[in-house]
Amino acid sequence: MSLVSDVFASAKAESRAALVGYLPAGFPTVEGSKDYLKSMIDAGCDLLEIGLPFSDPVIDGPTIQAAAEQALGAGFRVRDLFDVVSSVADAGGRAVVMTYWNPVLRYGVDAFARDLAAAGGLGLITPDLVPDEADDWMAASEAHGLDRIFLVAPSSTEDRIDMTARASSGFLYATAVMGVTGVRDVVSSAAPELVARVREHSSIPVGVGLGVKSGAQAAEIAGYADGVIVGSAFVSAVNDGGDAAVRALAADLAKGVRSAAAIV
Amino acid sequence: MGQFSPTPHDPDERGHFGPWGGRFVPEALIAAVDELAAEYDKARIDPDFVNEFQRLLKDFAGRPSLLTEAPKFGEHAGTRVFLKREDLNHTGSHKINNVLGQALLTKRMGKKRVIAETGAGQHGVATATACALLGLDCVVYMGEVDTERQALNVARMRLLGAEVIPVKSGSRTLKDAINEALRDWVANVDETHYLLGTAAGPHPFPLLVRDFHRIIGIEAREQILEKAGRLPDAVVACVGGGSNAIGIFHGFIDDLDVRLVGVEPGGSGVESGSHGATLTAGTPGSLHGAMSYVMQDEDGQITEAHSISAGLDYPGVGPEHSHLKDIGRAEYFPVTDAEAMDAFALLSRTEGIIPAIESSHALAGALKLGPSLGPDGLLVVNLSGRGDKDMDTAVAYFGLGDGGQA
Repeated sequence: MSLVSDVFASAKAESRAALVGYLPAGFPTVEGSKDYLKSMIDAGCDLLEIGLPFSDPVIDGPTIQAAAEQALGAGFRVRDLFDVVSSVADAGGRAVVMTYWNPVLRYGVDAFARDLAAAGGLGLITPDLVPDEADDWMAASEAHGLDRIFLVAPSSTEDRIDMTARASSGFLYATAVMGVTGVRDVVSSAAPELVARVREHSSIPVGVGLGVKSGAQAAEIAGYADGVIVGSAFVSAVNDGGDAAVRALAADLAKGVRSAAAIV
Repeated sequence: MGQFSPTPHDPDERGHFGPWGGRFVPEALIAAVDELAAEYDKARIDPDFVNEFQRLLKDFAGRPSLLTEAPKFGEHAGTRVFLKREDLNHTGSHKINNVLGQALLTKRMGKKRVIAETGAGQHGVATATACALLGLDCVVYMGEVDTERQALNVARMRLLGAEVIPVKSGSRTLKDAINEALRDWVANVDETHYLLGTAAGPHPFPLLVRDFHRIIGIEAREQILEKAGRLPDAVVACVGGGSNAIGIFHGFIDDLDVRLVGVEPGGSGVESGSHGATLTAGTPGSLHGAMSYVMQDEDGQITEAHSISAGLDYPGVGPEHSHLKDIGRAEYFPVTDAEAMDAFALLSRTEGIIPAIESSHALAGALKLGPSLGPDGLLVVNLSGRGDKDMDTAVAYFGLGDGGQA
């Protein structure tokens, strides 16, 4: 069992969902992102999703676009990602990286996997890489013991859900809505249906993301999914209230993933 | 060979031209590109679709476009030059071919809303036109920088009933307009078709955009045989994303003695770093859904392209061009902004044809190639669009407003 699977199994043993928190590396600065990620662990995130800032983030909404632009504008380099990952691992945190595919291609798929594993990273979430195009990544992730977290969407066919679940390890990322990242007031009704469809094909843990901003929403998702993924809300917390806001958000969400039974 | 016949140069069923192409898109879009591929596979062999497309090309777009000899321009090039007059199509460029085809596909899929990106505005105007004709809602994303340098085209699109959304993210040019259109598509894919304007993006776009433009090459081949009695030594076209080039190249791709020459935007010079010559100076990567050559830094961040031509200002290129470059079937070289503007002025003055600045890159390429061919040589240049939209740029560049002369 991988360390990522272990995160989900431990949460399940406590009859709750896992909380997965996202922040881009290098946002607002390289050192700043290390500190915020540590606060997220302290305040209750079970798994961290560390974003690699990219120039053309086509599945991100304005909040994460602006954060990536800020990081790149401050001189963020790919080598800084591994530094941030190591600092999280050294602090006892468990982290996967979320990245668009081009920076990995440019670095070299095998070299990227090697250096991520050496830094203590556990896997990759790949929003614009589908398993159909992932032969090199399948080989590199096997060679370096990393998890492959692919995405499914409400528009995915049964065949594609089956194929994507088989190609994935650690967990499967279910995008709750058809749309880009960013907080929403109402979590889509498509999410429970999508999770139920995945369950018909696979026993892999399912994390639900896109749009979550509050403990109440986290509790709602925790009622049917194995993990709750929160991204833009953490970026906004950094922007609006710094460390105190990040900790407060993580704590609220951590309470949410533990109160699903009361909601459902 | 019909325009939609399969060719030996088609990609595999997942859209790969050798190692290029494919689908590097979010899973959320896979169902939409699958649906589009399936619909196109049916449409291309459906006589009703093919006939309706050909009827619109003839009765609405004004095809076939002329092939015009440019003898005085040819004297400057040192060889015989014929121009494929895509500038004479309705809306002023080759873009109408692809737009009519995809708008018909949109209707076949039962979708009511079309989104598009545009750089210079030619594709946006063509899309707005087809949507007005066929009764589709139209939203066009255009980089804020481009809305300023192509204000007239913004007005044309709005007059045609399209909503034009200035894109303020990133470099605020074509690549960012594509990013924004992709974001819209992910959110609204059920009722929306993304009418991509060039032979790039995820499969099946490079295939179907190429096929809709194959008419250019099919006509040009027949016309040059009739007018010159032989095939040309080379076919020359500008390459941004590469749709006009791939369309004319395909008419000659199996004529191995005909050189296929793509001319890229060299901006201030490739050595300056300020250019858009992706095939000349780029490296392999994935951008906007396909593997191809891209302009990027050593971290894989996409770099900004620079060209005096908004329509060529793009750091990627269609995957089939990457393939044709690798296998050596086509050759690509850059010309600078200054060389393109000289050719722009030269064609205007010598032949009475004001070309688009995009197409002026192909003309500048012809001026470079001509001397090596000599007076017995024969070039076909794809004049992909007309230059009316470029008057503001020309006024500023040549100082025409102050009594200046190009």
